[in-house]
Amino acid sequence: MIKNISNLGDAALYCDFGKEINKDINSQVIKYFKSIQKKNINGVNNLTPSYNKLIISFDLKKTNYENLKKIIEDLDINSVENLSKKKIEIPVCCDDSFSLDIKRLEGKLKLNREKIFENFFNKEFFCYMTGFIAGMPFLGDLDKNMRIERLETPRVKVPKGSVGLTEQFANIYTFESPGGWNIIGNTPLSIFDNSKEKEPNLINPGDTIVFKKITKEQYKNHNE
Amino acid sequence: MSKNYFQIIRSGINTTFQDLGRKNLCHIGIPFSGAMDNRNYLLANKLVGNALDFPVIEFAYQGPLLKYFGDKINIVITGDVKFKVKKNNNEIDGNCYECFNLENEDELNIFSTNKSVYGYLAISGEFDIKRQWESCSVNTKANIGANNGKKLENNQKINISRINKNLNKKKLNYINTKIENIRIIKGTNFDYFSEQGKKIFLEKEFIVSKLSDRMGMRLEGPKIENTVDTNIKSEGLIKGVIQVPADGNPIIMLSDHGTIGGYPKIGVVISADYDKLVQLSPGSKIKFKEVELSSAENLFKLYDLETQNLISQI
Repeated sequence: MIKNISNLGDAALYCDFGKEINKDINSQVIKYFKSIQKKNINGVNNLTPSYNKLIISFDLKKTNYENLKKIIEDLDINSVENLSKKKIEIPVCCDDSFSLDIKRLEGKLKLNREKIFENFFNKEFFCYMTGFIAGMPFLGDLDKNMRIERLETPRVKVPKGSVGLTEQFANIYTFESPGGWNIIGNTPLSIFDNSKEKEPNLINPGDTIVFKKITKEQYKNHNE
Repeated sequence: MSKNYFQIIRSGINTTFQDLGRKNLCHIGIPFSGAMDNRNYLLANKLVGNALDFPVIEFAYQGPLLKYFGDKINIVITGDVKFKVKKNNNEIDGNCYECFNLENEDELNIFSTNKSVYGYLAISGEFDIKRQWESCSVNTKANIGANNGKKLENNQKINISRINKNLNKKKLNYINTKIENIRIIKGTNFDYFSEQGKKIFLEKEFIVSKLSDRMGMRLEGPKIENTVDTNIKSEGLIKGVIQVPADGNPIIMLSDHGTIGGYPKIGVVISADYDKLVQLSPGSKIKFKEVELSSAENLFKLYDLETQNLISQI
């Protein structure tokens, strides 16, 4: 449930679901997000769900904070059917040419690469949110022994398809972009396709993700 | 092949197609985008007799030099912009908010914006461009929108699919005012900052840095001290949010902002002041003034009324 609603500026609602980051709280956020999306409330421009918050921005010409707050508070959220959840397998190649930070991971986590890959590929991830750049999924949770800080100096360019780790999360760079996550490998799959207007994102909040290790040969073949 | 088109001789620094932007996509990482200065965008369309949501060409600082080929058409430039129209060997100084006609082989040379950032070029007709999610607005980061989501480049052609029948040359008397005082509402992390930090934010002057673009405006000035945490759990952003990262220098999110971010939010620029904010060029002074939500809402009504008034004068 929403713990508190406040205003973010004059044209957005800031819905707080609690301090923690966990699947239960995030599932509530996603439930509200999907429910509000379906209701097509007059004046709502954008919904941005994250780990434990939901930002609702609106057109100040059509509605205002007090009106919209009341509508959100009165929402019957229990009528929303269960979230559709997909399970998606993402092929990842961890060849040295892709696994840019494997040495740093070995050093910081005090694990050898075989153990790091074993932990990573045996894990089932949950998609908390997508964004920052178009389609980028934020996936959790890594086990405690796999958690690592961001790079001290972020890269100016992280290659497209890179799979990064930071704290309890993994992500996938859908575009070449600056970034400070520890890169463990690269996927040949297109995670964001802007030619598909209906469903540009391969991964959506609430989905389950598993990574599958592939060889460089398989990576190359995938793109042919 | 289109019969009517512009040949781009010089594209300018950051020249893109824009309209009102796209809704309901922040959850997948696609921001609103759209023309940065909404009022000048609307006025441009109205002056050339278009519907108010038509695509226009937005430029920043130096604008494009365009050679026109085709049937007679009207153009208008809005903002605070220096430009010339060249007919045969005759150069005419252009005035903003006044329609000019272009005939075959005329040239339109948009030199630069004056002490501001964005200007708009609208034509009495329609550009032949692609829309994505119902908007032509170019987002260069995700390559979304018209022109394959890219800035316009030298030697490109801009095709025109249709020219309006009515080519009345309309005009509006309007001067953009520059303001340095930007009104804000306290952000959700206002209390993360020290008493001194809050005071600095609300009382001191900041300077707009060169590292500003359609995504964000970076400010330089006295450092704003954070006493709680320089990071928050990543959460949604909207345009106008002022984040303060660990280095203490505020960054204001603009129309192409990343959809989520993890820096504390000290304030949010009110909607009524957004158009003025984006026109502050690097080196400009900026000072923040706090207002309550109810005042911000009233100020927006006034701003909107003023815009509607200007539109109805055309």
